[in-house]
Amino acid sequence: MVKTLVDRRGFLKATTGAFIGTTLPLTNVRLAFAGEREDFTFAYISDSHIQHIKGNKFVRNWDRGLIRAVAECNMLEPKPDFVFYGGDIAQLAKPEEIDHGLELLSALRYDTHYVMGEHDYYLDLGEYWSKLLGDQWYSFDHKGVHFVVLNSILTDHDWTYNRWKDGEERMSVMAGLDDPRGSPFMVGEEQRKWLAKDLKKVDKKKPVVVLSHSPLQKIFKNWNFWTDDAEEVQALLHKFDKVSVLYGHVHQIQYNQIGNISFYSAMATAWPWPYPETYAQAPSHLPELTVPMNRADPFFERDATGWQFIDVWSGRSNVTYRLPENSERTVAYNKEKGHPEDTEYAARNIPPQNHY
Amino acid sequence: MKREFLKSCAVVAAIAISPYGVSADEFDEADLKEWNDAFMSVVEKGRAAFTDPTLGGSKNGVVCAQCHPNGANTHPETYPKFQQQIGRVITLQEMANWCIQNPLEGTPLKVDDPQMTALITYMTFERRGVALDPGKH
Ligand code: HEC
Ligand SMILES: [Fe+2]
Ligand SMILES: [Fe+2]
Repeated sequence: MVKTLVDRRGFLKATTGAFIGTTLPLTNVRLAFAGEREDFTFAYISDSHIQHIKGNKFVRNWDRGLIRAVAECNMLEPKPDFVFYGGDIAQLAKPEEIDHGLELLSALRYDTHYVMGEHDYYLDLGEYWSKLLGDQWYSFDHKGVHFVVLNSILTDHDWTYNRWKDGEERMSVMAGLDDPRGSPFMVGEEQRKWLAKDLKKVDKKKPVVVLSHSPLQKIFKNWNFWTDDAEEVQALLHKFDKVSVLYGHVHQIQYNQIGNISFYSAMATAWPWPYPETYAQAPSHLPELTVPMNRADPFFERDATGWQFIDVWSGRSNVTYRLPENSERTVAYNKEKGHPEDTEYAARNIPPQNHY
Repeated sequence: MKREFLKSCAVVAAIAISPYGVSADEFDEADLKEWNDAFMSVVEKGRAAFTDPTLGGSKNGVVCAQCHPNGANTHPETYPKFQQQIGRVITLQEMANWCIQNPLEGTPLKVDDPQMTALITYMTFERRGVALDPGKH
């Protein structure tokens, strides 16, 4: 499989070779919408899964992914206004892992906002993370756009508090994506109430960008590509003209449109995941719109990992996915069609993208 | 088909070893259950190996299931196949060993190591129902 794949996907390759060769500053074309509002970009890094071995040793492969994303991000031209980190800094929520991840992220030359991932949370229910990074859900305004960050990886009370002998056991179960003892993610009532209140004061014409770790839509329950109360959260966003939801967790490119809401996922810096349809024993619902990414080449450890930057033009999001040793992909909101679309590959099932 | 074939094997075996000649050694529901239980216990062991941070003497804590939830994207039905990075036709065992040596930074298992048998059994079981397609890329 593997090499043939590489060959077949040769046409996607822009630059090959050393790290430096792939990190030429890129020019990010912005669409100017004179007078309407100021356009801006931000970068989006997610799912680094920094994994502690012992003492001063961490898994090299995952470290490299984050170091590379940070270095490339620093070379963005024009400069992004800020960076979002989409969750799963750590693998098992250990303070060593969160510390080391933040140390690597400290090289970023921009302000960074953080989203909670399940791998940051289930050891101590987010205590260490919050001590360093603050609130687990919050909102702010930036250049006429309302940003909302949610902690979407909560789950029910009984699972959280009554089932496990300690935080370590709880974390290790939730860390196994396919562990049948896991539990579906949810935003939960407390946060939904907060969100309703937060959005009350926001004008319906104001663009809203929501960041969550899990998709606020239902794709595949077995791997928690899923948020149990997704519909309730979507309902709170219905009144707005323009809503983008950006999520991590899935370690692959996905995008979708549900009503007024455009969804875009982030790639991981650590490792890619198979698309759910490749699991032959359970049905799944990858959005029809999504053109999957290339199958990963295991012989190149950074393949199918990466990070992304988002161009917020006129309140819509265009997401550019930066892939090492592959040309980048841009998924942009298509105004005529009213949904996000890959600007180059509009159709599914282009040969190298076939997943089976 | 499969059952018939198995039965005739059993008959041949029975003739070969039975002092009473042709009294065929039929198998019944209890046998089937026993054999299936034995098989499923190896599937379980394979699942355990897939989440075992010490597989192949690995010391970095990385496990197969981290990148292959439910064994997805291991494509056992496509083996043996030509793997260009390795330069020849390889078996599923060899590819599993490649992943043990690389992401897990471990040492390869012998192809008849019970852990290897368990890995192959688990990956193949999670892919049941998918048609064999050796050589597919
Ligand atoms: C860092 C992530 C990672 C880990 C950990 C990992 N693999 Fe892989 N492996 C991959 C990727 C990526 C592929 C290519 C997937 C594809 O073909 O779409 C792959 C491919 C394979 C294949 C071949 C699939 C094919 O289509 O030819 C097998 C078999 C395999 N892995 C088994 C294992 C086993 C067994 C383990 C544990 C010892 C393991 N892998 C651990 C990333 C990983
Ligand atoms: Fe993740
Ligand atoms: Fe996650």
